[in-house]
Amino acid sequence: MALPFLSREFLHILGTGQGGRGLLSVAAIALGVALGYAIHLIHAVAVYEMEQAARSLTGEADLVVQSLQGGMDESWYPVVARRPEVAVASPVLELEAKVPGRTEKLKLLGMDVFRADALQPAFFLGGTGDALDRLRPDRIFLNPASAAWLDAREGGEVILQSGLSLVKLRVAGTVNIPGPPVAAMDIAGAQAQFGQLGRITRIDLRLVPGIAAQRAAQSLQSVLPEGIRVEVPEARAAQAAGFSRAYRVNLNVLALVALFAGGLLVFSSQALAVVRRRSQWALLRALGVRRNELAWLLVMQAAAVGALGGVLGVMLGYWLAQAALDLFGPDLGAAFFRGIAPQLAVAPGAAVFFALLGAAAAALGSLSPALEAARAAPARALHAGDDERAFARFGSPRAGAALIVLGGVAAWLPPVAGLPVFGYIAVALLLIGAIVLLPWLSRAVFALLPMPGAPLAGLSFAQLRAAPSRASLSLAPLVASIAVAAAMAVMVSSFRYSLEAWLDRVLPADLYVRAGGGGDTAYFTTDAERLLRGMAGVERVEFARSVAVSLSPGRPPVMLLARQLDPAAPGARLPLIGESLRPGAGQLPLWVSEVAADLYGWGVGGTIRLPIGGRMVEGVVAGIWRDYARSQGAIVMEREAYRNLSGDERANEAALWLRPGTDPGAVARALAAAFPAGALETALPGELRRISLAVFDRTFAATYVLEGAAIAVGLAGLSASFAAQVAARRREFGMLRHLGVTRRQIGFMLACQGALLALVALIVGLVLGSVISLILIYVINRQSFHWSMDPAVPWAALAAFALATVVLAAATAWVSGRQAMRREAVLAVKEDW
Amino acid sequence: MRANPEDLLALRGLAKSFGRRSLLRDIDLEVRAGEYLAVMGESGVGKSTLLNLIAGLDQPDAGSVVFEGRELTRLDDDELTLLRRRRMGFVFQAFHVLPYLTVAENVALPLLLNGMPRQETDGRVAELLAAVGLGDRAHSRTAELSGGESQRVAIARALAHRPRLLLADEPTGNLDADSGRQVLELLRRCTKDQAASVVMVTHSPEAAAFADRVVRLTAHGLTAA
Repeated sequence: MALPFLSREFLHILGTGQGGRGLLSVAAIALGVALGYAIHLIHAVAVYEMEQAARSLTGEADLVVQSLQGGMDESWYPVVARRPEVAVASPVLELEAKVPGRTEKLKLLGMDVFRADALQPAFFLGGTGDALDRLRPDRIFLNPASAAWLDAREGGEVILQSGLSLVKLRVAGTVNIPGPPVAAMDIAGAQAQFGQLGRITRIDLRLVPGIAAQRAAQSLQSVLPEGIRVEVPEARAAQAAGFSRAYRVNLNVLALVALFAGGLLVFSSQALAVVRRRSQWALLRALGVRRNELAWLLVMQAAAVGALGGVLGVMLGYWLAQAALDLFGPDLGAAFFRGIAPQLAVAPGAAVFFALLGAAAAALGSLSPALEAARAAPARALHAGDDERAFARFGSPRAGAALIVLGGVAAWLPPVAGLPVFGYIAVALLLIGAIVLLPWLSRAVFALLPMPGAPLAGLSFAQLRAAPSRASLSLAPLVASIAVAAAMAVMVSSFRYSLEAWLDRVLPADLYVRAGGGGDTAYFTTDAERLLRGMAGVERVEFARSVAVSLSPGRPPVMLLARQLDPAAPGARLPLIGESLRPGAGQLPLWVSEVAADLYGWGVGGTIRLPIGGRMVEGVVAGIWRDYARSQGAIVMEREAYRNLSGDERANEAALWLRPGTDPGAVARALAAAFPAGALETALPGELRRISLAVFDRTFAATYVLEGAAIAVGLAGLSASFAAQVAARRREFGMLRHLGVTRRQIGFMLACQGALLALVALIVGLVLGSVISLILIYVINRQSFHWSMDPAVPWAALAAFALATVVLAAATAWVSGRQAMRREAVLAVKEDW
Repeated sequence: MRANPEDLLALRGLAKSFGRRSLLRDIDLEVRAGEYLAVMGESGVGKSTLLNLIAGLDQPDAGSVVFEGRELTRLDDDELTLLRRRRMGFVFQAFHVLPYLTVAENVALPLLLNGMPRQETDGRVAELLAAVGLGDRAHSRTAELSGGESQRVAIARALAHRPRLLLADEPTGNLDADSGRQVLELLRRCTKDQAASVVMVTHSPEAAAFADRVVRLTAHGLTAA
């Protein structure tokens, strides 16, 4: 019977009840939804393109026979092709080709054009020359992304690096492979041009109709050595999505933080509104509205606010995604998806999900105030002076402590499917627990702070101290913002400090020279090594070879680094962490990066089986080292051992120690003159350090913006709740004006209260932020990216941040409380309590 | 018309409208030093507005308010505020004692606002609380007081800084008959002890009976009752 009345009440509340705080809540939820939806759209479209590209590289293959490291002898091709399960076999030489003067590599596919036609019929389209171009060893076909990247057209020339020599290839047409830059050429030409005679990297297979892929894979694997694996093409596609999953999940969590802030603002504004309109709710109850009807009304009111924010957020999110794609590309600057230009598409299911998420966040935020309003005894609530008791119900020391303990426990739990799910849950529980504990924490902090001597400051302080639960509602958004901002600041500072220390350790030489740097086509030959060692001013050179090693289907390859190293003192070259082991005679020592150790579950003393030189080799983990350069993991072994096992005499990188007094710049110039232009990259350690730190600062620049945004949201919350509380206390301010308190002094009182609240928020927020920063450092970052770091607190930045927060909070309180200084406040003494 | 030097307060030709509604018109009134004046009238006739004009909390549309020889309409907001702080006291219908301060702290508030050192306020507060019969409740929270007790705290606060003029707006409006009578007796005794003048607005003849003089405010102006 109450429903028609409640509907009118509902409309009234929506229309007039919330004012500025309602708008603020809508804006915060819209922001959270927009970020989440935008990240979803951008990543979904980028991953789709990547998967399509990965899938298209293997054409219509049912299975792929893949070398795990450095390719395989082409004599395996007839072995595979003659198997009864195989209908068509197409050998491929897939190389990461070095483009002189560029850091990024070009993926180059050497293909048997006749075999490929059966599996990849669409590959060689678009050429206007004769058909024999496809067989000529100096012809190359570019896909659209590589043509744009290299700025090359049909008939033009592309220069790639082979060893330290340059190979000129004529562009004969286009290859229809979507996604990142890819080029294709005849396999024999590729083998000859890039020093890979007799080598292939994989064989794409189409099976005889009616034969199951799984059974065929098992049958084929039984005739192949361990260094060659048979896998389904989907595993390669899955790598593309898995590659950036942690990055995407972390971005999504940032969006959830914004959504959380929105929910918190809804909680704060709803709690204030519930208390302000307490007697009205009590009247409804007295008139016969049931408890659950009242609670439902309030939750629905908030859900409507959230749904409005959700719908606006979805629209904003689409626009944001389009703008981000235009400005930064689909990887948002993280270099995961180079060279693809996907088209954004509306995802209706996701749009509805994110809009509902906004409504759910707001409804959850309103749940506690709604239940309080429903639970309140009407007789008591109809009378004035019951506010603090109502406010006190929003906090519970036991519930808060329980949430914090649960958060602490969650922080120790392992990742779920490689993601720090419990880490995020721990942060959420700690934030919510601290907010639930806020009335109690506020009371404790106010009790510890000394009462100011000046009458007005003392009056401000006494007012806050007497109503800690009310104060904590103003504090909640600010505490959460400060905690998040401080945690991010400590995490970024720790990361930067650790990166600087790491760079100091890994760059001991005077000059660094690189040929290819991880690519397959550029390398130092033994002649080039001899030339480098004999350069004037060079005292000593250490060479290193890096090759990609595939260890697990569905995971990107790790880098195997073969370098000169003293097994008795590996710490001289590697930033080891934790214990090390000196392997026994006959054992192959391996030092794994912590990323690799995390991804593959390796520990010191454990054994690893590596594909080297076409066979599986067993080594012992002799130590774990910190590596910020290779996000997919790395394994270091002695170069001599690698040479013996693989027969690979090549090197990609060289570290040069110069004789005292030698100018590194002069040596770099002499090197550049000795080899073809662009074949070598030289860098001084200071330069590498500066570039690395600049890249770091650019990558994390967004976090400073986010920290600023977090504080802005917190201050907006403070402003909204301050305005509401000043409205509720205007008779008090009116009375003070009667007693002779000037407008300026009222402003001063409000500023004092703002500053005091900020002080309490800083004390609680900084402690909470410190704990969260430890979870970010030791749990979330470690489980997401597998990088460890040493905590480093940016004291000066935090002090400046604290001072700025206090000043801004004081100013915010003063501005928000202007109504307390108006004539209406003076006249409000006539209003009854 | 010139102000009489014996008058503490003189209103001349005072007028105030709110929008199209003319509330006060051509009000003339004098209050002598030490005089207890009651202004009676129906609800909505402008009694509280009259008090606000006297206190300088609102500006008249016409006329003048002269307090201790100073024309209030010529003072700025800060000067008026300081005048209220030093020379006036207020008693409200709803008491308006601060719930987060003790009884003694509420009474000390005007003294501290007037710059009296904290250590000197104790004696004066004790003296006032004794005078209003709350000597033993100095450290109680005001939330623990009854309505009559709260109003006695408000009277002590209004007189703490020895104002020349006390303005009371329906001081017994929220009290029962017994408590109201006690408060009115107290108000009269205390103001007489301090030789303070009182302007009390009320619609209650019983309350007005405690005054030296009673005037009636109607839509046509002020008349002697």
